[in-house]
Amino acid sequence: MTVQFSWNPLTDLQLLFQYHFMQNAFLAGTVVAVAAGAIGYFMVLREQTFAGHALAHIGFAGAAGALLLGISPVVGLLAVGIVAALTMSSLGAQESGPRGQSAVAIGTVYTFSLGLGLLFLQLYSGQAENVVGILFGAVLGISDQDVSIVGLTAAVAIATLVAIGRPLLFASIDPDVAAAQGVPVRLLSSAFFVLLAFAVAQAVQVVGILLVFALLVAPAATAQRLTARPGVAIVVSVVLSLLFTWTGLAVAYFAPYAVVGFYVTSVAFGTYLLVRLAEVVGHGRRSVVRELKAERV
Amino acid sequence: MALGLMATVAAFSLNPVADAQEMLTYDFMQYAFMAGTAMSLLGGFVGYFVVLRRAVFAGEALSHVAFAAVLGATVAGFDPLAGLLIITVGVALAMGVLSGRTRTRDVTVGIVLAWILGLGALFLSIYTTSSSGGNAQVGVNALFGSILGLDLRQTQEAVVVAAAAAVVLLVIARPLLFASIDPDVAAARGLPVALLGTLFLGVVAITVAEGVQVIGALLILALLVTPAAIALRLTARPFRAMILSALLGLVFTWAGLTLGFYEPYPVSFFITALAFGSYVLTVVGQYVARNRGRLLPARGTVALSGEQAARHER
Repeated sequence: MTVQFSWNPLTDLQLLFQYHFMQNAFLAGTVVAVAAGAIGYFMVLREQTFAGHALAHIGFAGAAGALLLGISPVVGLLAVGIVAALTMSSLGAQESGPRGQSAVAIGTVYTFSLGLGLLFLQLYSGQAENVVGILFGAVLGISDQDVSIVGLTAAVAIATLVAIGRPLLFASIDPDVAAAQGVPVRLLSSAFFVLLAFAVAQAVQVVGILLVFALLVAPAATAQRLTARPGVAIVVSVVLSLLFTWTGLAVAYFAPYAVVGFYVTSVAFGTYLLVRLAEVVGHGRRSVVRELKAERV
Repeated sequence: MALGLMATVAAFSLNPVADAQEMLTYDFMQYAFMAGTAMSLLGGFVGYFVVLRRAVFAGEALSHVAFAAVLGATVAGFDPLAGLLIITVGVALAMGVLSGRTRTRDVTVGIVLAWILGLGALFLSIYTTSSSGGNAQVGVNALFGSILGLDLRQTQEAVVVAAAAAVVLLVIARPLLFASIDPDVAAARGLPVALLGTLFLGVVAITVAEGVQVIGALLILALLVTPAAIALRLTARPFRAMILSALLGLVFTWAGLTLGFYEPYPVSFFITALAFGSYVLTVVGQYVARNRGRLLPARGTVALSGEQAARHER
């Protein structure tokens, strides 16, 4: 892309939005970032990052199969994701960290799913570009139809999250007490797995299957380091997720290599690193102050 | 992936000797069998320790690093295998040294991994838009393997490197087994547990680097984890499990290569499908064997519920 970046923000904005594909990318990116930021908060809180990782990988077969059938990859991702999410929740994948024994089972399943996706793409006689698009995102080529599908599913996911948000938060923080108070913990857990499948299917549109962590985990993990209050953390997570997506899109537009996924992951990684460093520095300074006070006493 | 061509050249007969001769008349199939054999034996052997030490995530992490490394080396104009080995082993050793002191959270590892993969995507984009006119197939090959595209030199390198890694693992196998099963007692006996862990990660890195060529960075678990997981379910004795794991990996690879030769579909797909199918069969088989009393009540008895059956057996 040979668009000249100027230091005048107004001209740059005009340049940024002069093409329909960039308008679509920003529209889809914004919707996806809001859903991913909010749902990602609960995912990190419930320590289900490995489940999100697995859902994304399993989705590859769905996206490739959808291409083969001639329907939108988002639909395939959603369908396979929801089936996988319900299976995982009924098998009790909640307790499975990436180090547990079930990591082996989940790893075997998603490796097979990736292989199956490869087969589908071969049958579709797809170009390598198709594979790379699903794996690393192809938001700059997102169609009007996909934008409306993404918008609709994101609206459903966010509405559901708003409806079950309070009990879900309770059930995530202290499942035992929540269950004792009559909160349907198991049902909420299954519902959240389905929401996660929605969030993954959407995040894939922007950053691709392999990079969903950048939108689902990084904003939420950063937000949780900045504040302990759930409401504030969700807002911060959504804002960060929007920031990562918009920056990624803008940089990709002006930079020589239009790899949105790389820029989004770089901004996400950089922000997380900064927050961690600031914590270390702040912690160090606080302990120095404490020592000085102790000396004075 | 010129697989469509082969399907027209070769026809499968039920005579295994003729089929093997047919396959091995092609140089690329000889190379594929040699490199595939080396990788799958090493993967099965290393995988036993990966599953035992619950290091599945480390293997996965290293495979992502390997993807970025192979594309980075390609863009920079280095030899892909050399670049791949140096970077992956370097990262593995760093991981080993760092994890000795701090316990990194999975969230952090995940964010770093996403960034490394993003870096791989950038390298791929640089490569495809460069003047040499490469295409995205390089990226797909790194992710899903390119075993049918190896040349003689790559095959020789793969076999030599795999042999070296296997020798290292053989030398440290006994102490590593001790350190994996009971790190505290092993440390008390004076074993260098941290050093063994770091060396082991280095061996995993070499295996992953080999696997990138054979089955691809994304599918590595099918040869690194699944055979070992099946073996560990079938036997509790370490050396028997290691041999079984290596043999299973070998069977998946050979069968995958044969199917890929006679059918116009990717070898990697067949290997993952065989690994997945065998794993499911093992799990289901064990479940049935364990619950035989419950599922098939003895003749003449009324079907009992699980609890009743257990009481009945007692």
